[in-house]
Amino acid sequence: MISPVLAKTLSDGLNESTDSLHGSGLVEWILQAFPLLGTGGALLLAAVIHTALVGLFFGLPAFIFIWAERKVAGRIQDRLGPTRTGGRFGWLQSLADGVKLIQKEDLAPEAADHLLFRVSPYIVVVAAFSAFIFVPFSDGWTAVSMDIGLFVALAVLSLEVLGIVLAGYSSASKWSLFGGMREAAQMVSYEVPLGLTAVIPVVIAGTMNLNDIVSMQSGGFWNWFLLHDPFAFCAFFLFFTVTLASNKRAPFDLAEAESELVGGFHTEYSGMRWSFFFLAEYAAMFFVSMLAVLLFLGGWWTGLPVLDQALVALPGGAGAWGYLSRVIAMVILLSKTGLLVFVQIWIRWTLPRLRIDQVMTTCLKYLVPISCFLFLGVVTWPLILLSTIQSSTLWGAPLGERVPASTRPVEMEQQTHPLNERSGSTGHSKMETETVTPLVANSGTLHRTGGER
Amino acid sequence: MHWFLFMFYALFAAGGALAVVFSQNIVRMAFYLVISLGATAALFFLLDADFVGATQLLIYVGGTVVLLIFGVMLTSSSPFSSIKNTPAELLQGGIVGLTFLTLLISTALSVNWSQSPEMVGGTQLARVEEGFNPRQEGNTSRSIGTALLGLRFDRDLAGQTVAAPVHEHPATAAQGEQTLSVAPAERLSTGYLLPFEIISMHLLVVLIGASYLARAKRSRTASPV
Amino acid sequence: MTGQVGLNEYLAVAAILFVCGLVCMATKRNSIGVLMGVELVLNGANINLVAFSRFGTLGLEGQLMALFVIVLAAAEAAVALAIVLNFYNNHLTIDVDQADELKN
Repeated sequence: MISPVLAKTLSDGLNESTDSLHGSGLVEWILQAFPLLGTGGALLLAAVIHTALVGLFFGLPAFIFIWAERKVAGRIQDRLGPTRTGGRFGWLQSLADGVKLIQKEDLAPEAADHLLFRVSPYIVVVAAFSAFIFVPFSDGWTAVSMDIGLFVALAVLSLEVLGIVLAGYSSASKWSLFGGMREAAQMVSYEVPLGLTAVIPVVIAGTMNLNDIVSMQSGGFWNWFLLHDPFAFCAFFLFFTVTLASNKRAPFDLAEAESELVGGFHTEYSGMRWSFFFLAEYAAMFFVSMLAVLLFLGGWWTGLPVLDQALVALPGGAGAWGYLSRVIAMVILLSKTGLLVFVQIWIRWTLPRLRIDQVMTTCLKYLVPISCFLFLGVVTWPLILLSTIQSSTLWGAPLGERVPASTRPVEMEQQTHPLNERSGSTGHSKMETETVTPLVANSGTLHRTGGER
Repeated sequence: MHWFLFMFYALFAAGGALAVVFSQNIVRMAFYLVISLGATAALFFLLDADFVGATQLLIYVGGTVVLLIFGVMLTSSSPFSSIKNTPAELLQGGIVGLTFLTLLISTALSVNWSQSPEMVGGTQLARVEEGFNPRQEGNTSRSIGTALLGLRFDRDLAGQTVAAPVHEHPATAAQGEQTLSVAPAERLSTGYLLPFEIISMHLLVVLIGASYLARAKRSRTASPV
Repeated sequence: MTGQVGLNEYLAVAAILFVCGLVCMATKRNSIGVLMGVELVLNGANINLVAFSRFGTLGLEGQLMALFVIVLAAAEAAVALAIVLNFYNNHLTIDVDQADELKN
């Protein structure tokens, strides 16, 4: 399923290529460096680089979090966890596990549907991988920046269900079938409150572009959407719970529980195919934690106005210093995400498991009405505020002033330097996204204002 | 490059559809349907319809096909039951299909689409340069969202319709526009608010109806036909 | 060969999808196979709509219509599946050739 987004990357470059290749800084840089490639070759190379980088961010966190889970689980259970492979802390335990799984025999039940049995792990992995293509890792660092980034990311993530159902079916075992169906029912049901709570920050921000959503949370931790209004505050915890269930994590992990007892959709899988399912699970954990950070917890902003100003004031936006500030921002984002993943691991080893009927009851009877109510509250909150305290936000500047230049209406497009007009007394500031940095895929250029085209 | 991508996805879409027809195992049919629908979503992305493509992925592939697979699981008497067609039926179906296909394609190809006075050689006319996030690049979410709320700013603000723009005085409108100076409010383009509401009610009714139809009944001896 | 991709190519793809769906609806004995045929038909129509929205005069209407079609197709699939489930509960088969009596 990366192919639709490959199409998107290439077609975006193509649509701009009729007049100039101004669409993507990376493509420009490639064409300058290797002029022999031509338009198509440069686009293809840019797409390959993006895919490789995203694949790195897909595999490495899974690697780290598998190790982290075992250490944290050990500590919670009053033991040490892996301590031998790779030194005192067992850092290479994930690598050892990977090597062990690769060299295992590739079994398949004889009665299994051979095509579907082999294909379903790949569907799950591709769905989890493709979701990373739409999220920004730092300001302007999105592989494919779209106006509807959040929507497409959630749409692609919903393809995981197919892989699980097909895996359960094609294993030719009743336990796999029932386990797969239960898991699929759980994941599909929890997409409803997931969509509702993910739309709440979109309503607050007015855009589905994740880069712009984070840009609006700059300035201080009081600007984070978590603290925007009480409904968004509850929505964050609801979002976190729903993503726990959607990822089949405890306390909603019936597939894994059944695997300890009888089966589950991955009973008949062994070796590398089995490891694909868990690679996808950890990558999805990382992804939804990153979504929660981007949507509610301010993304790559530290939350302290002094530090945020310093981050933006690193000179220019172009060149090496802009690059450095973006790297720092990415590190901040990844640390916040790691914190949320740690909380997920912590919850898994603390809470007992729910039964399947309790899982479905929680979703349909409690979470869906609560999320509908929160959505209604968020939509009417500015109206309540306007009628009582005559201001549309409790603290901080109105959101219209925090809107990045790229989404401003037509009249304002004459101002091409976004920093001048908004780094004022309110303390809001925004890192430049319109500048072209040679090493970086520039997402902001897709929203290039009319004057610059 | 555009051509190459189009051919790639068109082959997957058409190939998936053909595989659905020729496959005899129902779950494999569902899988090929997934391939076909995914390639269709990619074609939507190529056609600058990002929102529609994402909706296709979310609702069709992530929802409808899962529903179909659940239906298959719940109604199969054995895990690999397949109700096969006889070769004669396949041949008849194939012949009818091929005839119809040639009919359709020859009709579509014989129309000279560029002859229409409003189209100029395949370029789009009703496109409005909106300044920021132009729709040509696929950023249709704003336009679609406001259209579903009843506002068609992509038509009305640029004066593409015969309406005078909303904010201008009707007297000054005659200078800029080429048509009548009528009261603005009556000539605004209609949005899609009513269909939106109707669809919402429709979905609610379908939800209630389908869950009532498919409720677990008390067990009674099923009588095979 | 590698020219511009125009309207006709998208119409051809849509026609192929439509005809495959039609043949599916006509020949499959499994009712869920018939439903898959319906989905294919609607997808062919959607490609047509969005292609005309891009290359023709439809503008945004084509995409909006495609959205409505997607939503309605999902709703119709749900109801059709509920009917199929009911039929299965009564007759223990989903073969459409067996559904030839009005009673039951």
